[in-house]
Amino acid sequence: MADTISPPLPITGARERTGGRAGLALNAFFAMLRRDLVVTGREFIPFLLQALMQPLFFLFIFGKILPGIGLAAPHFATLMLPGIVALTGMIAAMQGVTLPLVLDLGYAREIDDRLLSPLATWWVPLEKVLFAAIRGTIASSVIFPLGWLILSTGFAVRSDRIPTLICMVILTALVGSTIGLLMGTVIKPEQISLMFTLIFTPLLFTGCTYYPWGALGNVRWFQVVTLFNPLTYAAEGLRYSMVPPFGGHDFPTLGVSWILVALGTSVVLMFLLGTRTFLRRVVS
Amino acid sequence: MATPNFAQDRDSAPAAIEVRNLVKRYPKSASNAVDGVSFEVGRGEIFGLLGPNGAGKTTIIGALTTFIVPTAGSASIMGFDVAHRPIDVKQRIAVVPQQSNLDRSLKVREILTFHAAYHGTARRQREMLADKLLEELGLGDRKNEKVNRYSGGMSQRIMIARALMHEPDVLFLDEPTNNLDPQSRLFLWERIRDLNAKGLTILLTTHDMDEADRLCQRIAVMDHGKILVNDTPRELKKLIPGGTVLEVRAYARPTESTRAGELLIAALRDMPGVTKVDEVADDAPEPTQAGAGQFGGPGAGRSPAPVPPQSSAPANEPGILSYRVYADSANALIGPVAQAVVSCGAEVRDLSVKQPTLEEVFIFLTGRHLR
Repeated sequence: MADTISPPLPITGARERTGGRAGLALNAFFAMLRRDLVVTGREFIPFLLQALMQPLFFLFIFGKILPGIGLAAPHFATLMLPGIVALTGMIAAMQGVTLPLVLDLGYAREIDDRLLSPLATWWVPLEKVLFAAIRGTIASSVIFPLGWLILSTGFAVRSDRIPTLICMVILTALVGSTIGLLMGTVIKPEQISLMFTLIFTPLLFTGCTYYPWGALGNVRWFQVVTLFNPLTYAAEGLRYSMVPPFGGHDFPTLGVSWILVALGTSVVLMFLLGTRTFLRRVVS
Repeated sequence: MATPNFAQDRDSAPAAIEVRNLVKRYPKSASNAVDGVSFEVGRGEIFGLLGPNGAGKTTIIGALTTFIVPTAGSASIMGFDVAHRPIDVKQRIAVVPQQSNLDRSLKVREILTFHAAYHGTARRQREMLADKLLEELGLGDRKNEKVNRYSGGMSQRIMIARALMHEPDVLFLDEPTNNLDPQSRLFLWERIRDLNAKGLTILLTTHDMDEADRLCQRIAVMDHGKILVNDTPRELKKLIPGGTVLEVRAYARPTESTRAGELLIAALRDMPGVTKVDEVADDAPEPTQAGAGQFGGPGAGRSPAPVPPQSSAPANEPGILSYRVYADSANALIGPVAQAVVSCGAEVRDLSVKQPTLEEVFIFLTGRHLR
């Protein structure tokens, strides 16, 4: 061990070397993103298992077994696959930000290091949201090869709306990560399990994942309820871009422009609310 | 107040830390957590904030490190206002908190390199600096481990290494040695002095009077959100009226010792600045021993504040006279006391000056009640 400690303060400190304010902030922002990617990359298999276990069984039971034993129509898998893609992307994105934030803001405070970086504080939730959206997008994407493997002949995705599909997958992940941000900033560590049940379960079952929205016409009140769940728009958007035309007709979904408006609004609103509560939690 | 050595810097550059009438009232709170505090820390100074729990120390650190927005007043670091130029401030400060907030998903070396990356340090330089600091802090062989395996002392060292990665001007240490074993504490003290010697300004909070006494050039004692005093440790100790103590041991022939003792006690009580004279038994515990001077053991100064014994019955060996003289300046009494001993027909065996501990000052200022 050396006798003395390194001197701080040579005249060329980091701040003198770096460019302007924006350059400094971007630098820090990308370093944070790189940190999150490095950490996720290191536990990539656990991440995939966590994100994919549930959709895998859903696909298998609802897409393969139930139609196989005659309890579901054969094309049920085609309608459910987009719902599974939406749900997987959204949950994976939420998980990428909610739990870490709850623990960080609750007591671990590992995030302080980033809060003391030379950028405005709102960049930190922005980075969290973008990173979680990357997780969600990856998880959603993996559903396609998995679905192809599990559903085999039941796997049907139209190929003429790929750009819309990509856009929907990314938007869905962003919806998940911004909701995750808001949840992560309002939930206290001691409430985690309760809140997950209270929020996840309704989100899961009112989100039109396992049934198309249009099919709810006979249960009007429930059809209206589902419109308040962003997952409904994500699932319908993915149905719009994935379900092949049947008998020369597109499968009826919610209007695609309404879907985009709803998803976009949700992302912006949740991000603003989440960032506001985030700032309140870290700066008093 | 003693003149600090940073005085010459004052004209050319703003102080490292400047706090003006800082007030912080938390929402729904009936009183101010920080209530009109002003102080200044010069560049290159080690400044201590002392106070009981809830005195407002951590709130002040929060305000200076951009985590807490002042209700009123202002604070600045190296001339940059904390509320209006937070990014400039963040570039110039580093914080070592009370509890570990290390990034447990990363390996030790990555904690340092990512920290520097957040601050825009180029890759080659941050890797060099990380290796160097890890070596110097005795962590070189564990740089690829994750933090979970580290003890409190090691976490502390990693946090210090991390704090130095972006070459800050001001380092904040919030109760740095609270949970450390004596070895880690001594190690940390050495590092703090090293860093300060190289020009780093340090603000630390502590309950540990011995620590403050050893490290700080100036100390502010806080209570109920206000600074009660702000001075050098030496000057603070003079705050206790009659706070210095002269201990005198003398010998007189046993047959004459009773009379010599009576004469001597009377002479001592008449001396200028003397507030109290206690007759003590030789084997009585010395009340001021714990923090005597600056060289007590690591545990020194943390025992409860001593209470001067109330005329305990002297049980000395025949002929030995032993007194404790409380005075404003014990040093000034050495000569007169020696003369008094001789003129009473006794001879001096031992004369020593004891300083009061900071702990006594602290209790004197903030009272004994629990928080």
